[in-house]
Amino acid sequence: MQLVTTILIDGLIDASWIFIVAVGLTLIFGVLNILNIAHGNFYAIGAYVAANAVGMYYSGSNPPMLGLLAMTGAALAAAIVLGPLLERGLLRFFYHRDEIVLVLVTYALFLILEDATKLIWGVNPYYAYEPYGLFGNINIGRMNYVGYDLFLVGLAVVIGIVLWLGLNRTKSGKVVLAVIHDREMSSAAGVNVTKIFIVAFTIGVFLAALGGAFTAPKISVQPGLAVMVVLLSFAVVVIGGLGSIEGAAIASLIVGLARALAIHLAPWAELFIVYLVMAVMLAVRPQGIFAPTALRKI
Amino acid sequence: MRKLIWGVLAAAACLSTASFITTPVSAQGNEKVFKLGIVTFTSGPGAESFGTPGWNAANRLVQALNAGGQLPPPYDKIGFGGLKVEVSVIDESGGTTKQVQELRNAFDRDKFDAIIGYISSSNCLAAAPVAEEMKKLLILFDCGTPRIFEDRNYQYVFRNSSHATMDNVAIVRYLQKRKIKLETAAGINPDYAYGRDNWKDFIQSLQKVNPTTKTGSELWPKLGAGQYGTEISALLQTNPSIIHTSLWGGDLQAFILQAAPRGLFKGRQVAIMAGDHVLHPLGKRMPEGVIIGARGVGGPFAVKSALNDWLIANTQKNEPGVLPSQAHYRMTQSVLGLKSAVEKAMAANGNNKPTTEQIAAALRGLEWDTPSGKIKMALGNGHQAIQANAIGVTKWDGKLNRMIVTDVEVFAAECVNPPVGIKSEDWIAQGFPGAKCN
Repeated sequence: MQLVTTILIDGLIDASWIFIVAVGLTLIFGVLNILNIAHGNFYAIGAYVAANAVGMYYSGSNPPMLGLLAMTGAALAAAIVLGPLLERGLLRFFYHRDEIVLVLVTYALFLILEDATKLIWGVNPYYAYEPYGLFGNINIGRMNYVGYDLFLVGLAVVIGIVLWLGLNRTKSGKVVLAVIHDREMSSAAGVNVTKIFIVAFTIGVFLAALGGAFTAPKISVQPGLAVMVVLLSFAVVVIGGLGSIEGAAIASLIVGLARALAIHLAPWAELFIVYLVMAVMLAVRPQGIFAPTALRKI
Repeated sequence: MRKLIWGVLAAAACLSTASFITTPVSAQGNEKVFKLGIVTFTSGPGAESFGTPGWNAANRLVQALNAGGQLPPPYDKIGFGGLKVEVSVIDESGGTTKQVQELRNAFDRDKFDAIIGYISSSNCLAAAPVAEEMKKLLILFDCGTPRIFEDRNYQYVFRNSSHATMDNVAIVRYLQKRKIKLETAAGINPDYAYGRDNWKDFIQSLQKVNPTTKTGSELWPKLGAGQYGTEISALLQTNPSIIHTSLWGGDLQAFILQAAPRGLFKGRQVAIMAGDHVLHPLGKRMPEGVIIGARGVGGPFAVKSALNDWLIANTQKNEPGVLPSQAHYRMTQSVLGLKSAVEKAMAANGNNKPTTEQIAAALRGLEWDTPSGKIKMALGNGHQAIQANAIGVTKWDGKLNRMIVTDVEVFAAECVNPPVGIKSEDWIAQGFPGAKCN
């Protein structure tokens, strides 16, 4: 029983982290139809700016819990700067081109941002460990967990609900959904598609940066963060369905639980379990669990 | 949709080969200059712990050698026997295919006299046959795989530091000497050649000295995974008496940051292979009581000597507060070995710049002093170095305000390295025949 509980909790913690990072990728694809290879860079930049923010915040005698707001603010600031700049300054010039060209453009962006990150922050590690101890430790059965990891589960749930409600229960969300379903028709109906693109891309960047910001306290922030994250995010959006928020949530759970099962019961399978799930999904349901392909205009 | 799926796959392939190139300076073709190329990670996850420290150590050492008289004897002559050393760095990122091409370019186009390089064992295994085919001097400085000189003979390829087998043999000897409980052993190692070889050497050595030790969890996170929560749960669940890891760099730091608050380092012994490089960056966040090594008597294990004093002072002059770690030491001993060989070859060549063959002949079987003690080219027909190895336990020193190592045991090179004529894995399997321990 203890093992089952441990696998479930480990899977849930892993899934929450994956969801926070991957949901931004799927949102950007859903609205802009861009498979953003540079998504991992936004995660890395979020981790760096959060490490800077945490360093500054905790060097003073500020309330410890509000450090979480400093991290959120840092991720938001990064997104507000990078989102509009990259969408207006680069990506919009390629919207009329083939989707593969946009993939290659974001790959180039990945390379540029990887070097830019190194140029700004160097190769030495940054730490933001203070928030990791904010929630203490919690015993579940015989297993001891860091409260911060369980807090991330709550954060992922909140992000998922806010995104879902924002898209499905607000007027602005309905407008975004209209753009997702038919860009030309929405534009003809008076929707400012350009504005929707800027906002959606910036929110996607923010979610990636937020993922990096809230991961920073448990890692050493240094070069090389982007690659693994974007590969895992791709797996999640392929399993869940490109452009589907609900799909990203379910896929994150599947990936998180699959990894936890593999590590606890068959560690040799950990290397390929995520990609095995992805391959099976591509074989039996290539559009993913929730992809709204039927509604997309061809 | 199909296009996009292909796009995802193409992008994944691109990402796995992402690389960044630092172009070396143009060829000089000068008989008074020795062109030295350093191949090391200047980007990616290997840069922080090994790549940049290695390049910094090489660059600073070369500047000091070129100035002359800054190092203690016998390294006080200018450059390499009077030849000014021109040093450039080449990024090791990008995978073996790129590295092979870079190596060819370095020798053919940029006319380097010698290359010192490679942290990744995969890159070492790929580059060594290329240098041999080109008849150019290649000195491996950091990669750990023992297979290089155990699987074939080389004339132009050398490794001026020990391979990784001694990390594990020394840790096992330490556990045995200190009578540490060895009922069950678990491992968390990176899922590539280095991690697999480390675990195999460790568990086989351990079971050789203590046949009753059972094998617990064997965990294989990907290189660069960053998230270790589930692995930590698995280790806590099985509760082994000793946990072995060869994680390194940012991965090792993330593992420690996530494992320490969950109590993994309490109530069981954790042994980290060649992990000294995380002591300084983690500071007080590094747990006490962890068994640790540095692949050699360097880093926190270094013994006071004129050379070691120079290395520490030279490092701290450029990076205040930083103590040199294993990458600094291995690069320094590699450059000093090359300098010794070039000067020996020059002496036999009428004080003229020696040929590659003359340098190779001089380096074969050479012994030289370094900040980490004496290095002997004892294995692989004189192409593979052996050196003593030190193991200790981490402890916070409040006065020095840094993590130090205590309860140190130094094992002679001949105690933790296989003798001539036997492969490392056979040596371990046969119970370390010919080992000369104190």
